[in-house]
Amino acid sequence: MFYREAGQYADSYAKDRQLLPLRQDKLGMMVILAIGFIATPIWASDYLLSALVIPWLILALVSLGQNILMGYAGQLSLGSAGFMAVGAFACYNLILRVPGIPFIGAVILSGLIAAGIGILFGLPSLRIRGLYLAVATLASQFFIVWCLDKFGWFKNYDTSGIINAQAIVIFGQTMNTPAEKYLVVLVIVGLMTWMAANMAQGSIGRGWMAVRDMDVAAETMGLSLLRTKLMAFAISSFYCGVGGALFLFAYLQTVEPATFNIEFSFRILFMVIIGGLGTILGPFLGSAFILLLPIFLNIMFHAIFGQAVDATIASALETVIFGVLIIVFLIFEPLGLARLWQITKERLRLWPFKY
Amino acid sequence: MNFFFEVLVGGLLSGLMYSLVALGFVLIYKASAVFNFAQGAMVFFAVLSFVGFMELGLNFWLALPVTIVLMICVGIVTERLVLRPLVGQSEDTLLMATIGLAFVFEGVAQLAWGVNVRGLDLGIADQPIDWLANNADILVSQLDLAAGLVAGIMVIVLSLIFSKTKVGRGLRAVADDNAAALSIGIPLRQILVVVWATAGVVALVAGMMWGARSGVQFALVGVALKAMPVLIIGGFTSVPGVIVGGLIVGVAEKMAEVYVGPFVGGGIEGWLPYVLAVFFLLVRPEGLFGEKIIRRV
Repeated sequence: MFYREAGQYADSYAKDRQLLPLRQDKLGMMVILAIGFIATPIWASDYLLSALVIPWLILALVSLGQNILMGYAGQLSLGSAGFMAVGAFACYNLILRVPGIPFIGAVILSGLIAAGIGILFGLPSLRIRGLYLAVATLASQFFIVWCLDKFGWFKNYDTSGIINAQAIVIFGQTMNTPAEKYLVVLVIVGLMTWMAANMAQGSIGRGWMAVRDMDVAAETMGLSLLRTKLMAFAISSFYCGVGGALFLFAYLQTVEPATFNIEFSFRILFMVIIGGLGTILGPFLGSAFILLLPIFLNIMFHAIFGQAVDATIASALETVIFGVLIIVFLIFEPLGLARLWQITKERLRLWPFKY
Repeated sequence: MNFFFEVLVGGLLSGLMYSLVALGFVLIYKASAVFNFAQGAMVFFAVLSFVGFMELGLNFWLALPVTIVLMICVGIVTERLVLRPLVGQSEDTLLMATIGLAFVFEGVAQLAWGVNVRGLDLGIADQPIDWLANNADILVSQLDLAAGLVAGIMVIVLSLIFSKTKVGRGLRAVADDNAAALSIGIPLRQILVVVWATAGVVALVAGMMWGARSGVQFALVGVALKAMPVLIIGGFTSVPGVIVGGLIVGVAEKMAEVYVGPFVGGGIEGWLPYVLAVFFLLVRPEGLFGEKIIRRV
């Protein structure tokens, strides 16, 4: 009743291939963009922006990259945090050593460097699949973090082992308030999400899905497995690298190589699984879920026990709940929160009818 | 020269310790084609419960069967709640489910028994064997040797079970195809419970050895990640392959750390097994002893 598509035709191929062909979807997106660009920076508090919204966007970007690799191309990967580390350290070193490089340029370059390394570590995917590939990506994760740790050049020979991000300077303006950083992040994440949606809908995305479903058959149909798989690795690592650079510059300000450890990779994996594999909305839902869960648990504990719970108990409980949720999602809704949202939209289309 | 032998033997024995953990993986994979990412967490949970029971007052020989019963119960519950709803699903789905399971085990272990590091005394000292040290000037730890023997015995026993007994055939049938095994009357549920319970007991033994060597602490879960290269090199479906894979990984790791480590600042053992596994995969994707993977369109 609220979501009728009747009467909206596509009268050209271009219109048929639009990302958001329905008027309601276009309207919805404009509302979301208005909230994102206008309402949020004005009315959201600094805490909300810097502790919730910015990490949500950045982690959604990284999860999007991981989703491209796992959800669309079907290559199991546990190395996303490693590529984030590459992006973060590359951006830091570029701004440090290349005088006058624009921030956006540095971010893009560091994404490309991450993409190059992603291709390197993605080469095994041409021979191995599934779980074996997961172990190969573990190799990339551990090796990258070890490399960044051992060779002091990456950290500018800092004795404490951490790096401090420089300020973000775009067109001469220093972005140091949370609202400004938020806008930078929003623009980058928005553009890259749009790119990802286009890729997923286009021939690249179809190639990935063919490889995911059955790569032997895809190859017999003439799809170049080399190009498709390596492209998936490259683009996924690009996204993770840009996400890593933003993670350093717009969120944490200081990181060490160990920040991007295997636990971080697992968190990203959870965001992708819970959010929904093979969707664009999924990473956003999944990363919001994982970010909000500890806060929600805290509130629940306060409500039930009336006092703050011991930190170790809280974190152990969080771990258990993560695990249980993953299993529950895999049993009942393997396509994640994005699918639940899709089902809701379907119901809304037909409401008040059942079918 | 003596030092070289020391490093070699040390590497072989530490590799056997990895084999102990990898054995649990192979067991489950061989019997249900599920890669149990939760094996490391099970090792941690099993030995932590064992030590916890001993702290509660049970002596060594009482805590052991109690923990074994606990792991069998864990196997039953896992089969009922996680495996049965996911029968027939894709390999990736089951893998992700076991990742979730790993987190559940880790969290429950810490909730139930706390986060303190505990020691474990098995009566075998982590000291060099006397007559070797005195006669040949080679230091080989008694504990490592005992662990190696235990690993060897378990591998032999499990190999025999898989190849000679009716239960073993049933396990291999289930691994081949869940639905087909059900259709010819193999009691799938019982088999899965047996497999997971056995893996739990194997995890307990592995945990006891590791716990005696490096203390019962959360880092034990990371050891399971190290067991994955062992599996890859040896082959996922081969019980003897676990030993060979473990030996290779152990030796390579120790040699690299001792001889190449000083040039690059150490820490090589963190990633060398994985890179080694990748090279093995490129040459022989199914591992040294694994079954060849045939994929059909």
